[in-house]
Formats: sequence, structure tokens, C-alpha cells
Amino acid sequence: MPEKTYLQAISDGLRQEMRRDERVFVLGEDVGVYGGAFKLTVGFLEEFGPWRVIDTPLSEIAIVGSATGTALMGLRPVAELQFADFISCAWDQVVTVAAKQHYRAGTSVPLVLRLPSGGGFSGGPFHSQSPESSFTHVPGLKVVCPATPHDAKGLLATAIEDPNPVLYFEHKHLYRRIKAEVPDERYTIPFGKARIHRAGGDVTVVTWGAMVYTAAEAAGELSAEGVSVEIVDLRTLQPWDKQAVLESVAKTSKLLILHEDTRTSGFGAEIAAQVVEDAFEHLDAPIRRIAAPDTPIPFSPVLEKAYIPQVEDVAVALRELAAY
Amino acid sequence: MAIARDTESLGSLPEIEELGLGRAELLGMYRDMLITRGIEERGHILYKQGKIPGSFYTGRGNEAAAVGVATAMRPEDAGTPLHRDMGVHVTRGVEPWRILAQYMGRVDGPARGRDGNVHLAQIEQNLIAMVSHLPAMMPVAVGLALAFRIRNERRVSVSWFGDGAAARGDAHEAMNFAGVRRLPVVFVCDNNQYAYSTPPQFEYACANISDRAAAYGFEGTVVDGTDVLAVYTEAKRAIEKAREGDGPTLIECVSFRMEGHAVHDDASYVPRELFEEWSKRDPIARFRLWLSEHARAGEAELSEMEEGVKTLLVEAQRRAESSPLPDPAELEQGVYAEPEELEGSPDA
Repeated sequence: MPEKTYLQAISDGLRQEMRRDERVFVLGEDVGVYGGAFKLTVGFLEEFGPWRVIDTPLSEIAIVGSATGTALMGLRPVAELQFADFISCAWDQVVTVAAKQHYRAGTSVPLVLRLPSGGGFSGGPFHSQSPESSFTHVPGLKVVCPATPHDAKGLLATAIEDPNPVLYFEHKHLYRRIKAEVPDERYTIPFGKARIHRAGGDVTVVTWGAMVYTAAEAAGELSAEGVSVEIVDLRTLQPWDKQAVLESVAKTSKLLILHEDTRTSGFGAEIAAQVVEDAFEHLDAPIRRIAAPDTPIPFSPVLEKAYIPQVEDVAVALRELAAY
Repeated sequence: MAIARDTESLGSLPEIEELGLGRAELLGMYRDMLITRGIEERGHILYKQGKIPGSFYTGRGNEAAAVGVATAMRPEDAGTPLHRDMGVHVTRGVEPWRILAQYMGRVDGPARGRDGNVHLAQIEQNLIAMVSHLPAMMPVAVGLALAFRIRNERRVSVSWFGDGAAARGDAHEAMNFAGVRRLPVVFVCDNNQYAYSTPPQFEYACANISDRAAAYGFEGTVVDGTDVLAVYTEAKRAIEKAREGDGPTLIECVSFRMEGHAVHDDASYVPRELFEEWSKRDPIARFRLWLSEHARAGEAELSEMEEGVKTLLVEAQRRAESSPLPDPAELEQGVYAEPEELEGSPDA
């Protein structure tokens, strides 16, 4: 099986979907001639032509709104927002139009928004955000946050097949840093099924996206100290795999929730509430949350490092939980 | 304030027939306008009787603009009508009883009680249900046209908006994108002179909203929105131009909002003289006069049609009132679409 970067897996998966289904097309800023700000759609324009790889004006409202219109007419748009941060410009189109259409009018909106998100490279307050939690609060949307190249390809295929608006958050810091085996053939990964990134018996970490790797490094440290950590990678936040979390907590009795999004009203709060409601009797320690502080994401590397949860933060919390 | 064309501009029958409208079609348009106003008048009464929850909006004064444009569309064309455009739904075949059921929050309304008033549309008529954030529908309408262009279909999308909606960024992004890609979309601005309480001089500083079309690289035109035949003529030309691949047009239909923003609003901020002036140009009365003068429509024929519409609406109301209320047990159903709702999987 070939090894691919996370970015290559998304790119190959998208190309495969476009070859397989002529209803699938991409649109966004600089996706055509330039091949995308992250070069994910390089070669697409040449292969699929200018009406399936559409360079748009700098108009997030028009990108998401027109994609919704094409979805309503039976196409399968995959719209790229150059940075997930820019989705704020198109909030109405996502939240007001696309998310509520099926409930109100009974018409499906099979729309995928590709959202390069996350920090770690001094992108500053407007190119580094992880806004996934905000959209889990909007009924009608699905929210996907792949962590591995394998999941990135399989979850993208599922997103394109899905008859609902899907927000596909691809973590920019994983694009070229993470490489793993990815099958050449097409496959899908169901939404709402978590993946056990690492099995363990003493403490559970629930996380997603780039934080999976931060958790894994910390778990490696703890392993050397005799503490066995289980890492549950949620893969999708809406829907999310409550069962997998509850099962892991039933086994370990200790839970750390880790995310790169800010703390207050971050999705970790929802996970904690659910575990308290459904598995209180299994808990042997207070639930811990590690998240970014409630600030904008700062630019200077030293500040950004202090903002994004680091391996050492996680290791300290895991030690405390293990000793509780 | 935008200036409409001369009020005497309704053409002769031979002129109109050349545009593809025969006598039967003309009488059909008159009937659609009557049904449109009748539904809204009936809705107004039902609202005052407490049978319609929430608020209630009408498009009184806009019947010619809505019916004129909708008549110029083909069934396969699509669009995003807004809250003054009930005539579009009526013309494209949404049954009046279903509209009244929608008003009353019944299961037979197109939104099945999940949304109210004019927030309705049936995809069978290629109409998309509007949201309250009105210009947000404009990029969606552009997307309908984009789908037609991608698939090389000879279909056209119509995007409705108002003088108020024109002020928002969505309108700009939608028209700019449509202009850049010369998409088959016709923008129809229902300029009824008031955005809630705000008059044109506080909504835009150019002479006409249609002037903006030049900035997007396509044609803009002002038409008397109380003259159904003038609206039809401009709409037909623009729609067929779009179908031929010659890009978008912005048609500004100038009319007057003859009631408040919604039923709670007495429109006391509107100078009385304006209501008096525009009531002389009532779109339905004008067209009735034209039909009798130019299309040999006698008093008996027109009265019979008007009585027929009344009977139709009485029956529509009866049927709507007998429609069940939605079952609260189904509250949480249908937030998400199921895969089987979408046809045409490449595996199928």
C-alpha cells in the first residue's frame, strides 16, 4: 500500500470522486489555475475543465450560496474555503440557508465545504482557527475532523455521498507532516464511528484532528512511566460516537478531553456533559479538559506555542489523572 | 425615487400576441393575479381571526411584477421568490389551499408547519424556499444557474430581491459572480419603495438600483411594476437572452408596497398622498381595464372569473382548515436528509 501525506490523501480522494461521479465539482478561490492555496487541486483544472474546477471571485458568500444552489439542482459541490477562518463571511449561507433547508422544505443539500483549519505555523488570528465546535451547535450540519491520511480520504468520500451539508475540517498542520498508508482503491468511512488510535487501560483521552498526535506523544511518555493511555479519535463531531467514549471510560474510569479549539463552549464541554450524564458511576476522577485558552490565536511563535496545547501539558494532566 | 414608465404603456393585443401571449394566457394571468391577491386578503382576515400564528406579510401592489415574471419562465426554469412574490407560487402551480395551510401551520403547507407565511416553496415547481435573510437567496439562485451552465442545460434561474435586500453584501457577491461567469440568471428587484420603514433615499444613493448592473457587466432596466404586460415583456426578453447564453439581466420592477411591512405595521410613516397616487395604478384594476379594452373581455366574462376565484378560495380555505396540525412527536424528524432521498447515485 502506498504511503501518502494527509494532503495527498485528500487530493487523491477528491480526484477519485470526481472521476467516479460527474456531478462532483469543485469551486473556490484559486482552486483552478493556481491549484489551491495549499496546492491540493493541482492538475484538476487540466483534467476536469473550467466548469468542474471553478475559480471564483473573492466571495465566500457567493461560493457557499452558489454551491448550495447547485446542490439543490442535483450536483455534488465541494467548495473550498481557502482558510476555515473565512467561513465567518459565509455564516448565513451555511447556518441560515443550507443547514435548515431540509427540515423546513424537505429538500436535500448535498454540499461539502473543505475547511483548512488549525494552527501551529504562525498564521495569526485569521489563518489558524479551529472553528468546528461552533458548527456542532447548528442542527442540520455534519462536522468532520479527520486526523490520519487514511481517514481523510475515506471521510471525504463519505462526505461527498452524504445528502446533507458537511463541514470537512482538514488540519493544515497535518498536510505535509503526517504520512501513512492509504489504499489506492475507493473506500468510505462511516460518520459517527470513532477510531481507537491507541489502546490502553488506565486513562482515556478523547480528541480529534492534530491533537491526536499530541496525545499520542504524551501517551508514549506515560507508557515509559507504566501508565497505559487509550486515545479515542472521534473523527466526526456531528454525529459523534458517544458509545465509543462511554465504553472507553467504563474501562479506564478516567477521562481527559483534548482539543485545539478554545475552551469555553468548545465541543469538549459537550463530551464532558454527556459522560457525566451517562457514565458518572464509572468515573474515578474529575473529568479534565485541555483546550486552547479563551483568546484569539496569537501570531508570535512563543505566544502561539503557549496557546496551542502541547505534549507536556497533556503529559502533566495524564500523570495527575493516573495518580488520582 | 425610481421613476416608472408611463402608466399608459400597456400594449395592444396584436403587440402582446407577438410576444407569445394569446387571449387565454392573458386571462390566465389576470386569474393568477386575482388568486394571489385573494389568498393574501383571505390570509389577512384569518390572521385577524387568530387562525394564523406569528406574523403575516402580503405583496399587495406587487401582483403584476410577480405574475409577469413567472409567466415569462418555462416550467424547467427555477427561482427563489421572496415574500412579496406570492404570485410566482400561484403562477407556477402551487395550490392555493396548500398556501393557506402553510399560513396556519398545518401539515399540508409546503413547510409542513416547520416554517410559516411565505417561507414556502415546492421543489416540484423548481422553486426554493426563501429564508428571512432575504438577499441570502441571491447566491443560491446564482447556484441554480451555475448548475444549468455546468450541465449545459437550456434553463434559466430567476433571483428575486427588494430595494432593502439590495443594500446587503450578498446581492453584490451574487451579481458579481453571475456577471463574471455570464450565468443564465435574471435578477428581479421588486422595488416597492419601502424597506420596512426606510424609503429609497436612505437605502441607495444612485438613481435606480438597476444602474448597478453596469458595474457587474450586464444590462439593467427599469420597468413599471404595476404593468403586468410591461413586466412580462422585459422578463421574457431577459430570460430568453439568458437561455441563449448571453448572460444575466437586472430588471427593476418599480411598484409600491400598499400595506405595512407586515400586518402589525400601519405604515404611518408613508405619506398618505403616495398611497393615493399609487392606488390609481393598482395592477389588477389596470389589467382588468386593458383586458376589456383590448382583449374583448366583457364584464360578464370577467365577473364570472372573479366569482370563480372567490369560490375556489372559499373551498381552499375549507380544505386548509381541515388539514391537521403537525404532530409534536415528529418534531425531531427530518433535520437531516437520508441517503435514499437522493436519486442518481453513480452506483445505481
